[in-house]
Amino acid sequence: MHEVPHDEGYLEMDLLRFTTAGSVDDGKSTLIGRLLYDSKNTFEDQMDAVEATSKKRGDENVNLALLTDGLRAEREQGITIDVAYRYFATPKRKFIIADTPGHIQYTRNMVTGASTANLAIILVDARTGVIEQTCRHAFIADLLRIRHVILAVNKMDLVDYSEERFNEITEDFKKFASRLNNIVDMTAIPISALHGDNVVDKSEKMPWYQGPAMLYQLETVYIGSDQNHVDARFPVQWVIRPHSDRHHDFRGYAGRVAGGVFKPGDEVVVQPSGFTTRIKAIESLDGPQKEAFAPLSCTMTLEDEIDISRGDMIAKPNNPPHKGQEVEAMVCWFSDNVQLQPRGKYYLRHTTKEVKAIVQEVKYKVDINTLHKIEDTSTFGLNEIGRISIRTSAPLLYDSYRKNRQTGSFILIDSQTNETVAAGMII
Amino acid sequence: METERTSYWVNHLAQLESEAIFILRETAAQFEKPALLFSGGKDSIVMAHLARKAFYPARIPFPLVHVDTGHNFDETIQYRDEYAKEIGAELVIGLVQDSIDRGEVQEEKGPFASRNALQTVTLLDTIERNQYDACLGGGRRDEEKARAKERFFSHRDDFGQWDPKNQRPELWNIFNGRKHHGEHFRVFPLSNWTEMDVWQYIKAENIPLPNLYFTHQRDVVHRNGSMLAISEVVIPQTGEEVERNATVRFRTIGDMTCTGAVYSDASDMEAIIQEVATARQTERGTRADDRRSETAMEDRKKEGYF
Repeated sequence: MHEVPHDEGYLEMDLLRFTTAGSVDDGKSTLIGRLLYDSKNTFEDQMDAVEATSKKRGDENVNLALLTDGLRAEREQGITIDVAYRYFATPKRKFIIADTPGHIQYTRNMVTGASTANLAIILVDARTGVIEQTCRHAFIADLLRIRHVILAVNKMDLVDYSEERFNEITEDFKKFASRLNNIVDMTAIPISALHGDNVVDKSEKMPWYQGPAMLYQLETVYIGSDQNHVDARFPVQWVIRPHSDRHHDFRGYAGRVAGGVFKPGDEVVVQPSGFTTRIKAIESLDGPQKEAFAPLSCTMTLEDEIDISRGDMIAKPNNPPHKGQEVEAMVCWFSDNVQLQPRGKYYLRHTTKEVKAIVQEVKYKVDINTLHKIEDTSTFGLNEIGRISIRTSAPLLYDSYRKNRQTGSFILIDSQTNETVAAGMII
Repeated sequence: METERTSYWVNHLAQLESEAIFILRETAAQFEKPALLFSGGKDSIVMAHLARKAFYPARIPFPLVHVDTGHNFDETIQYRDEYAKEIGAELVIGLVQDSIDRGEVQEEKGPFASRNALQTVTLLDTIERNQYDACLGGGRRDEEKARAKERFFSHRDDFGQWDPKNQRPELWNIFNGRKHHGEHFRVFPLSNWTEMDVWQYIKAENIPLPNLYFTHQRDVVHRNGSMLAISEVVIPQTGEEVERNATVRFRTIGDMTCTGAVYSDASDMEAIIQEVATARQTERGTRADDRRSETAMEDRKKEGYF
């Protein structure tokens, strides 16, 4: 049964996307299963299937981790092999979980899951504490500019619900996290996913813990400032020309606002041409709109007829994006077939634009366990992260990734295989 | 602690709508000949509604494609035809009967025969004949576990097959629709929606639905745990329990041979949302096609099913 409001209350819900990271056996699947089950977001037929499978496998209890098991290959091997998306809701929020595996070889999956997340849950086994993988997860969360982190110290039942142990782990984590830049808030929560302590309901076994249960934190963490509502950015996605009698001369620019606010009457500049004009109207099936802001999709018409096409950017004249053909970026390499090559040529996709790109220089690679820079390197392979400079065949209209996730990110595509081979964050 | 809100706060439905519209426009922009799979079910109706919004005031720049098993509810077919006319969309129909007549598929025999499995052949055939390079589907990741890893842009090889291990990562708002000749994509703009989101959105947007979704009286037969509508393709067999004038509605709408009804007196959106909120079974629990085995959906997807 879902505890979702059935009156107009659902119009008051917002959306939080989070990712989960943990090492193998940290109990991540059990935690997600517990969140779904205790928040009453599971169904009878799902639970029946889980019970039957638990029995077949000879598990002692009903194994809630099975709720998140996806493909047959995983069930056979008992591991998670890719990013899976899960959904649940409370009367306050809808949640999208990017469930990513913690194995060392799956950095790219965590990067993928983290790219759209507002928050990361980083799991630690209370017995082993902060290990190399924990630091790697925190580093990736920070690199992808996740502002909010929950450090979930799991398996507290196996350390006698010890406050001392919890504090020790929290301190270790803070020491490491102090070297990171983007994390705005970190909340450490002692839990037992297996028994449900401090997951949905506050645990009675840890009276020393004064903080919130995990679900409460997820429901209330403030994400209103995660979107950039200052720097107006509108990448043109599609030009709407109805060619109908009624809308004979209509020429609308459709896209999703990547930053800031646009209103009819606003003076705007169209890049890369540099022409300025004003917004005539923001159109929609429901009638003209007063404004459009990130992350909404809209269609705008302009006062002057300017030649604008997909890939162009509409911004404000006093605050345009950078324009250039050379950028530096942190990239994570995704391909197991080919390595990143200096002088390598790729397709680069950035907002709604695709250009050709050539890697000019590999600056350094990051050892993601120590955060040390490895400078004498010229290539990198699957799951490796580093800094490169890149030159493009046409100007990009961009911001730094720190300033704007949408206008600061890109992917590289192999021109032979069409595979997505890298994710990039502009510095 | 109350969550603070700026004037730029939007609810979850506005976020989902914006994302889906973005995907629909990307599909129009990145592919030469996209098509929107339209079954007359609520998910495809929501998708068509979003497409109208995405391209307003122009018409939607792709046809509605329906793979018709010939065993659909009359109400569905009527709704489909009227809706396409109303929004001025081109309607392309692929008939499973044609695939049977051409000898491409063998019809199942016997009283429990279903054409559901044959749809995949007709679908792939319709895609090939019309050279669609991207098909928009209403699939959602919350529907079934094999869908939880589905991408927005789902890459299919020349045989229309889905390889779960060979899918492209999707980051931020960037979607890679590049493909080789003969390959195509399935695109799922509603990936992040749940059944509840779909119903809430239908209510918030006041979207009309086929009346099959609302309570009505109907003769049904109980078969393998499903409650099927009695029709010329679902004929009760000896020993099966028949119920006359049962008060039912449908949570999903598909082929009559595999779409189960549920008891319900929900007559409006409010009542349906309430019912969905307290439902104890997943919506695909009413689908006989998913019951054939625990990995039924994964197997069918690999073959090219949606």
